[in-house]
Amino acid sequence: MSVGNDRVENHRAENGTPLLEIRDLVVHHGQLRALSGISLRVYPGEVYAIIGANGAGKSTLLRTISGLHHPSAGSIVYDGRDVTGMRPEKRATAGIVMVPEGRRLFPSLTLEENLKVGATYARTGPWTIQRVYDLFPWMKERRTQRTAQMSGGEQQSVAIGRALVANPRMLLLDELSLGLAPVIVQRIYGMLPQILASGVTVLLVEQDVSQALRVATHLQCLLEGNTTLEGRPSDVTAAEVEAAYFGMGSAAAVAHADQDEGGEG
Amino acid sequence: MAWVNAVIQGILTGGLYALFACGLSLMFGVMKVVNLAHGDLATVAGYIGVGVIAATHMPFLWSVPVVVLAMAVLGYVLQRSMIQAAISRGELTTLIVTFGLSIVIENGLLQFFSADTRGVGVGDSIVSASFSIGSQIQIAWLNVVIFALAVVVLLGLQYFLSVSKYGRLIRAVADDREAAQLSGADYRHVFGIAAAVAFGTVALAGTAYGMTTVIDPTTGTDTILLFAFAAVVIGGLGSLWGTLIGGIILGVAQQIGAQINISYELLAGYIIFLAVLVIRPQGLTARRSES
Repeated sequence: MSVGNDRVENHRAENGTPLLEIRDLVVHHGQLRALSGISLRVYPGEVYAIIGANGAGKSTLLRTISGLHHPSAGSIVYDGRDVTGMRPEKRATAGIVMVPEGRRLFPSLTLEENLKVGATYARTGPWTIQRVYDLFPWMKERRTQRTAQMSGGEQQSVAIGRALVANPRMLLLDELSLGLAPVIVQRIYGMLPQILASGVTVLLVEQDVSQALRVATHLQCLLEGNTTLEGRPSDVTAAEVEAAYFGMGSAAAVAHADQDEGGEG
Repeated sequence: MAWVNAVIQGILTGGLYALFACGLSLMFGVMKVVNLAHGDLATVAGYIGVGVIAATHMPFLWSVPVVVLAMAVLGYVLQRSMIQAAISRGELTTLIVTFGLSIVIENGLLQFFSADTRGVGVGDSIVSASFSIGSQIQIAWLNVVIFALAVVVLLGLQYFLSVSKYGRLIRAVADDREAAQLSGADYRHVFGIAAAVAFGTVALAGTAYGMTTVIDPTTGTDTILLFAFAAVVIGGLGSLWGTLIGGIILGVAQQIGAQINISYELLAGYIIFLAVLVIRPQGLTARRSES
């Protein structure tokens, strides 16, 4: 935890009660302890970024929030309700919707059918398939194509669209940048303001730290299942981030960090 | 002319085999469940038909929707309970559980209905009605009707899967169960719907078989399951129209075998079945990259 954490928390609390609150979450993969007591609070309207290296537990955290993993301890409270034991599909219909790592589109379905599946159990809200087409205009004329033939960036956009038509309140984005060219990543993150404007709160996991710092209103860094840093991007220094990310405070790590991130993203 | 006759009779029999096979193929394609009780369930449907007609004296045609509905409900319930529990414990468990179900059904039928054969009574005039092409080819109307029924069932399945909300969900869940959950779909319910549809086709298969010949408690495993398997494997696992192609090839092979020597009927079917397994294990219609 960073030193100024209490002040940050007080500032954020002005937004009201958290939309999502995680308390002391412990998750095991078999014998392996993937998360050792993670806590976080996401307030409405935030872009909350979880950063960390490979194996830090970021994706495990998101998958546990969406219900695909069961925690061995701790609790997940969403909109004032304890959802720790709730089935994943119930969480989705309650408004916690995840864009999973690797996009996970339905390959034998067309683009539009993918969106229709996303809309089948949708909450009422501003997002419709038509509005997704407005956000990504290229989709409309390719809606009858199967998504397997599409580029990685296009597939990622469809995955985002499929999540949006469910009208999430809490949108979980897992490694949007994975396997995509930097220019495509920029373009996809460029959609974020429009998504936020529709009243969606975002919790995202990102290996690409510079990308996360650019869009986040709040930041939390994981290392081997523990929180090593938390705060607003403006309140943490690059050196602190690098130390938290790699788990060491050496100057060398800071100096080489930029290239390393570029390579991983 | 006798060979032409064999081919025509074989094609028509292929329709019945497609009816046997499409439910098996659907359950494998969606749930990855190889339902070893498939044939026995068709027999159960035949017995339900016999029982319903005997108990209520309703006309045969009215009994068909009753049997289909009863089997669809049974399919949903079995899927949500026993089969789902097996799926959660690993793919091999479903083999053991459906094999067990097969044994239970067979012995249950023996217990309640004895080993006597029974037919779905539609009257001899319908069963024996036929028309002739030339002097040597005689075609039973019943076989034509069953073939047409198979085509209609496959068209209906295709329409259901490609257009309806649940059809889309079934395909989505077959692609990626977890991703479907993230979209709010309870895959267990979707599996139940798919099983209900599959069992509906099983009901038609059992009824059709009971009309063309007679059923007894062992018909399911001895005949229906094996032919369904052969048709599915020849046509390609998980492919709907492949079941019709597979069924037709199996039927034609059997009839040609029987034409050579009556004792070669079954053998010829299984030789084709093995040949496809060796030469083209993915089946005739399936693309290799899939599954």
